[in-house]
Amino acid sequence: MSVAPAEVDQPRSADETVPDKPWVTIVWNDPVNLMSYVTYVFEHVFGYPRRKAEKLMLDVHQKGKAVVASGAREAMEHNVEVLHGYGLWATVRQD
Amino acid sequence: MFRRTRDGGVRVSISAGEAQLLRTLVVPVMQLLTDDRGRTNAAPGPGRDEAGRGEPGRGEAGSDEPGSDEAGVFDELERMFDDREPETPEDPVLARLLPDAYRDDPKAAGEFRRYTESSLREAKKYFAQTLLDTLPANGGRVELTGDQARDWMRALNDVRLSFGVRLEVTEDFEEQLAALDPEDPKFAAFEVYGWLGAVQESLVQALAR
Repeated sequence: MSVAPAEVDQPRSADETVPDKPWVTIVWNDPVNLMSYVTYVFEHVFGYPRRKAEKLMLDVHQKGKAVVASGAREAMEHNVEVLHGYGLWATVRQD
Repeated sequence: MFRRTRDGGVRVSISAGEAQLLRTLVVPVMQLLTDDRGRTNAAPGPGRDEAGRGEPGRGEAGSDEPGSDEAGVFDELERMFDDREPETPEDPVLARLLPDAYRDDPKAAGEFRRYTESSLREAKKYFAQTLLDTLPANGGRVELTGDQARDWMRALNDVRLSFGVRLEVTEDFEEQLAALDPEDPKFAAFEVYGWLGAVQESLVQALAR
């Protein structure tokens, strides 16, 4: 069911501009989703290694949200659809 | 509870009571996802039209028969040619199960919803159906493939999200539970919610190995 997008693992920083990758997938904190579950979803959906998935999960948990992928708009929308299937509270935004 | 199997799936033994409880919890979520009444303006249904845009006679078509393929095709066409964007469902549980994909852009959120909401509903119903289909009526041993296990995980999560919204669960769930009077009608629901969390946790641990 879950297809890992081709390129999601882009390095990011506040002042970095990547012209062809201006969209991001954001996951927001919510009180219901289990930390282990969110980590598993990041691993399974994006193919991220455990440590990266855990780091992103903790960012969501502690900071209220995290950018979990960046890339073309269509790919980000696809991510959001998959993440909504898992019940994660995900949105798309132009970075 | 759940154990990993050699082929990447999981297995678990479920009591008759647990099987019945799971069924009782999953079915209403499926019904909610099937029901269009959580909608605001996507294909105005009978009796739901505050703005008076409803066409007389549409009511007879009956949104109670979602099984009809023909109706499905026409609903789909109507959606495609309807230039109004569907809004976030009014029902807070549906709004959580089918959230907006754009946070500060209602137009983009509506457009995304127009093209994806029905498939998301179908996907969620499919996950729930997998759970129901693989659940032994009187309890017993359950063996799931990895895909089925992920369907279970998502179906359980949708039930937990529904409870979470209805019970207004916060991250301090344990404290909320501790503060409740055991006589409070909410108490049992909180306990079920806690149990579902434990079941899901066990499933995730088994899969994540």
